[in-house]
Amino acid sequence: MDLSILWYLIPSVLMFACGVYGFITRKNMIAMLISIELILNSSDLNFVIFNRYLFPGSMEGMVFTLFAVAIAAAETAVAIAIIINIFRKIGNTDISEAKKMKY
Amino acid sequence: MFDNILIWFVVIPVIMMIGLGICRNKNIDAIRAVMVVGSTALLALSIVLCLVFLALRKGGDTSEMLFMGSWMWYAPLNIHLAVGVDGISVLMLLLSAIIVFAGTFASWKIDPLPKNFFLWFCLLSTGVFGFFISIDMFTMFMFYEVALIPMYLLIGVWGTGRKEYSAMKLTLMLMGGSAFLMLGLLGIYWHSTPEGMEKTWNILEIAQYANIEHGWQNFLFCLTFVGFGVLGAMFPFHTWSPDGHASAPTAVSMLHAGVLMKLGGYGCFRIAIYLLPQAANELAWIFIILTGISIVYGAFSACVQTDLKYINAYSSVSHCGMVLFALLMLNTTAMTGGILQMLSHGLMTALFFALIGMIYGRTHTRDVRQMGGLMRIMPYLAVCYMIAGFASLGLPGLSGFVAEMTIFFGSFQDSDIFHRIFVIAATTAIVITAVYILRVVGKLLLGPVQDDHHLKLTDASWFERLATVSLIVCIAGIGLFPNWINETIQESFAPIVNAIQGAATPGI
Amino acid sequence: MGVTLPILILSIPLFMFLLLGLGGVKMSRKAAGICGITGMGTTMVLAYIVACTYYFSGDIAFIIDGIRQQYQVFDVTWLAFTEKLVVNIGFLLDPISALMLIVITTISFMVHLYSWGYMEHEPGFQRYYAFLSLFSFSMLGLVVATNIFQMYIFWELVGVSSYLLIGFFYKLPSAVSASKKAFIVTRFADLGFLIGILVLSFYTDTFNFVTMTDNPFEVLAQTHGATFMGASVLTWAMVLIFVGGMGKSAMMPLHIWLPDAMEGPTPVSALIHAATMVVAGVYLVARMFPVYCVVDTALTFVAIVGAITAFYAAVVACTQIDIKRVLAFSTISQIAFMMTSLACSRMGLVPEGHHEAYSGLGYMAGMFHLFTHAMFKALLFLGAGALIHAVHSNDYTKMGGLRKYMPITHWTFLIGCLAIAGIWPFAGFFSKDEMLAAMFNQHWFYGAWMTMVAGLTAFYMFRLYYRIFWWEENAEYQHHKPHDGPWQMSLPLLILAAISCVAGWIPFGEFVTWNGQEYHIHIEAPVAATSLIVAVLAIALATLMYAKKNPWPTRVKNMVPGLWEAAHRRFYWDEIYQFITHKIIFGMISKGIAWFDRHVIDATMDGFAKITQRTSVAIKGMQSGSTQAYVIWYFVGALLVAAITWICLI
Repeated sequence: MDLSILWYLIPSVLMFACGVYGFITRKNMIAMLISIELILNSSDLNFVIFNRYLFPGSMEGMVFTLFAVAIAAAETAVAIAIIINIFRKIGNTDISEAKKMKY
Repeated sequence: MFDNILIWFVVIPVIMMIGLGICRNKNIDAIRAVMVVGSTALLALSIVLCLVFLALRKGGDTSEMLFMGSWMWYAPLNIHLAVGVDGISVLMLLLSAIIVFAGTFASWKIDPLPKNFFLWFCLLSTGVFGFFISIDMFTMFMFYEVALIPMYLLIGVWGTGRKEYSAMKLTLMLMGGSAFLMLGLLGIYWHSTPEGMEKTWNILEIAQYANIEHGWQNFLFCLTFVGFGVLGAMFPFHTWSPDGHASAPTAVSMLHAGVLMKLGGYGCFRIAIYLLPQAANELAWIFIILTGISIVYGAFSACVQTDLKYINAYSSVSHCGMVLFALLMLNTTAMTGGILQMLSHGLMTALFFALIGMIYGRTHTRDVRQMGGLMRIMPYLAVCYMIAGFASLGLPGLSGFVAEMTIFFGSFQDSDIFHRIFVIAATTAIVITAVYILRVVGKLLLGPVQDDHHLKLTDASWFERLATVSLIVCIAGIGLFPNWINETIQESFAPIVNAIQGAATPGI
Repeated sequence: MGVTLPILILSIPLFMFLLLGLGGVKMSRKAAGICGITGMGTTMVLAYIVACTYYFSGDIAFIIDGIRQQYQVFDVTWLAFTEKLVVNIGFLLDPISALMLIVITTISFMVHLYSWGYMEHEPGFQRYYAFLSLFSFSMLGLVVATNIFQMYIFWELVGVSSYLLIGFFYKLPSAVSASKKAFIVTRFADLGFLIGILVLSFYTDTFNFVTMTDNPFEVLAQTHGATFMGASVLTWAMVLIFVGGMGKSAMMPLHIWLPDAMEGPTPVSALIHAATMVVAGVYLVARMFPVYCVVDTALTFVAIVGAITAFYAAVVACTQIDIKRVLAFSTISQIAFMMTSLACSRMGLVPEGHHEAYSGLGYMAGMFHLFTHAMFKALLFLGAGALIHAVHSNDYTKMGGLRKYMPITHWTFLIGCLAIAGIWPFAGFFSKDEMLAAMFNQHWFYGAWMTMVAGLTAFYMFRLYYRIFWWEENAEYQHHKPHDGPWQMSLPLLILAAISCVAGWIPFGEFVTWNGQEYHIHIEAPVAATSLIVAVLAIALATLMYAKKNPWPTRVKNMVPGLWEAAHRRFYWDEIYQFITHKIIFGMISKGIAWFDRHVIDATMDGFAKITQRTSVAIKGMQSGSTQAYVIWYFVGALLVAAITWICLI
């Protein structure tokens, strides 16, 4: 009755790929932040999956996932704060406009 | 009561720095007072150390190092603050103290930011003194770096001419040397003891174990010798010296040429030659060629310079080349000559740079072509300059002669044709030195006055006289009564020469 | 003999130097002059006492069975190079050092006294006396050296005192450059001396003269037959040591500094560049004489250099106009005479086919001439000083007819000329006769050649004498009457003239011979007659040409214009040196090295810095600031790492 691990991993990989694609192609910082969330969630999913399949007795993967979710929330808050500040400075949230930090 | 005397050499400059930190920036008298008290204390301390050392030696204490002390610093790597001195280090400490003392008076009117200047100056002296008292390679290296860094700021802030360029060049080249050196020291550390024992940084222990295998020795010898050789202005790593000296303020030039360059020579024999004797026997010829070139090359280059400081910087290349050249001869007499040359060159160059600083402070030029007849205008400084010049060209009765002759007679003990040729090539330097010294003396001090504005200039003031007299007395002292120094150095070389001879492969 | 007197002899001049050098500024001229003169006078008296004790006391320390001994009064360690090679500072008494003590202190005292009058109005009077004292100290230290290294030490010190005194008028660029030239040329020669000492001491393991000269064959044996480029190392060592002597004694080709050294004050020329320092080379060869004898090649080299120099300098002296230059070249020529004479001497080894004259004759004669020459050449120089003092010019064309105005100078100068020309019964005759006899004894060629040089000497000296005191009276004397100097100047002239008259009668061979044995001088009649005739003929020729103004000198000059010009320009030696030093050494080698240093070595170092900088400029574009570009790079990198790991794992 058990599903093969692939059934879980394929959506995770898809999610990851979408995240990466979104991060690279979108110019809007909010959209990029959402892409990052996708990547994070895909890796969280992996944690849970591998924990369930490889070490069924232990709970570390689950705990770590919860931890990561909490951190991700905090990180999003920081990121949004930065984006708002950038928006205040340059008037939009286009990543290609925010190139001051080079060289 | 003298057990911990050595550590005071580091503590006093630190106390001086704290004292300077308390002084207000504008209160020049307080700053000078701190410096004078501190440098006098250092001088007194080094004289006491010297006397006690000689007394102990006379009393029959024959151990290699005296006043030993060791404090664990970082246990996982077995780094200690290990101190101890033999005759050579004692003399080097004395030299440094004299030059710090003279340097204080030579920079009496330093401007701007006297407090900061002296702070860095004290940090530099901390490094120098710390280097000479250490017998732990790591702390030695650390003090070496401590001495280098202030140099950058001292030249970059208080210098003249292209000071930023020179400061950067000097620091980068010396740091490049340090990189080689660090590699070499690490290598020595990793091979210091037989497999399975705790590694050590302590020079005496490493020398005792004599554990470093031949192939490694050659590699490490090149690294450490080049590393220290850069500081000793060895051809072709000498080019920081002319620019650096030319841009540095007076006291810094004095300390740099007088003491810091000696760190190179000191490290060369204390670490490269002493700890890697087999390699020293085998590879000395490479460096003999390089230093031999230094001697003649520096002297010839000095002949056509027009900036007083450049002349002395190139002459330093020549004289410091002589130091390394002598050390590489690997026999007691020549090596003793090398140390004598270090002392002599230290005092004499310090005097030269002090005088150049004083002359520059008055005429605002260092170009020999724009000056002349200074003997008429500032006879005291001119006579001092002449004495320094005579010391440099090796006039008997002054220190240069003793050092050079000891080197030549020591080097000539090696009877193969290769050494002979290089010794004879090195002796030609005494003629070339005479040429450039007399050229400067003739143009600068004698002859008609070039610039009528110079006629209004004044002669030396009391603090300048104090600085020059203290150096001249030492130069003449070594020149007239060399034998006690000579003996002290010779006996200190005994373990080193034993190590070298023990490692010599017959037939090479 | 106690050590007190010898130590005082050395330390009084040294003390005077320090006193006048450090405290001179605060002293009046008179005080400084009196200090200097009394100091030197005391030293002279002490030196006489020491020398007389040595020669006449008959103490067994000094003379055993009629053989004079070498006696080290004291010898203390100064610097120990190795256990065996130890430099001592000591005081050696033997026939030649006692002789030199007398010569140096006498002339030095005369010069001290004379300078009081001569230098009266010069600024830096105190400094002048300080330097004179320094010189006297160094020269005394040189002659009493117990070992060759001590000699080298004082050798350098006399070089420096000579430098300081030549450059005494330091405001004149010519004096500055002359002093520089003198120092550098002698320094170059000293390089040879130093290398010679290096080689010699390496084999003998000692610096001590007595050890080396007592058994010179032992020295030869210690070299174990080592050779270098075909000659034994001992020959090389001795030749190199002689090169040092060539520098100080102005032998060709290292003579160029001496004529220029005449830029110094004239009493200095009398003391240093005529009587004492310049004979240091002769003294050196005499000191090492037994060692020279075992290497014949070196001695032959000395003889040839001496013979060539003597002739060259005599020819040049015939064409000089500056009176001090004439005397300078005459000094070179006479010193070369002594050198050749020494080199024609052997250690009791008479060459085959030669008559059995005393084979150490040349040595004795050379030292004898050193003594007499010091006296009459100092006299001539001091006389020249008096002339310059009166006329304010060195140029003899500004003189002429001075005999009426300056009688003392005239008569004493004449005595000096007669003495140097070798006319009986003046001092030069005896010493020159002995020298020529020794040369004929060695090889007839040396004898004949040197007789010719002696003739030239008589000619140029009398040419000088007539041009100064006879010829035609200078019209300017009507306005400005020249006169003899003050008593301080005349007294030394008279004393030296008296010595020049009688010095020849001293039984010199009883005091100074190479091995300390007495030797009775006897005149070699044929040699003496020949040289006397040559000298008289030369004087007659000079009288004919220069006693009254006449066109002959110009005519002779125009007959051989090229030769005259060449001789007048000293056969272009200075130009050659100028070319070598300035064009080749400075212009090419030094400038080349300096250029190389800046543009190759330093440029390489700067190049490293530049390469680092360029590289960083080149790659900094990668940090574009575009976040998404970074992500792409990151992914490419991550994939590459993954791929590599994958490949490695498989």
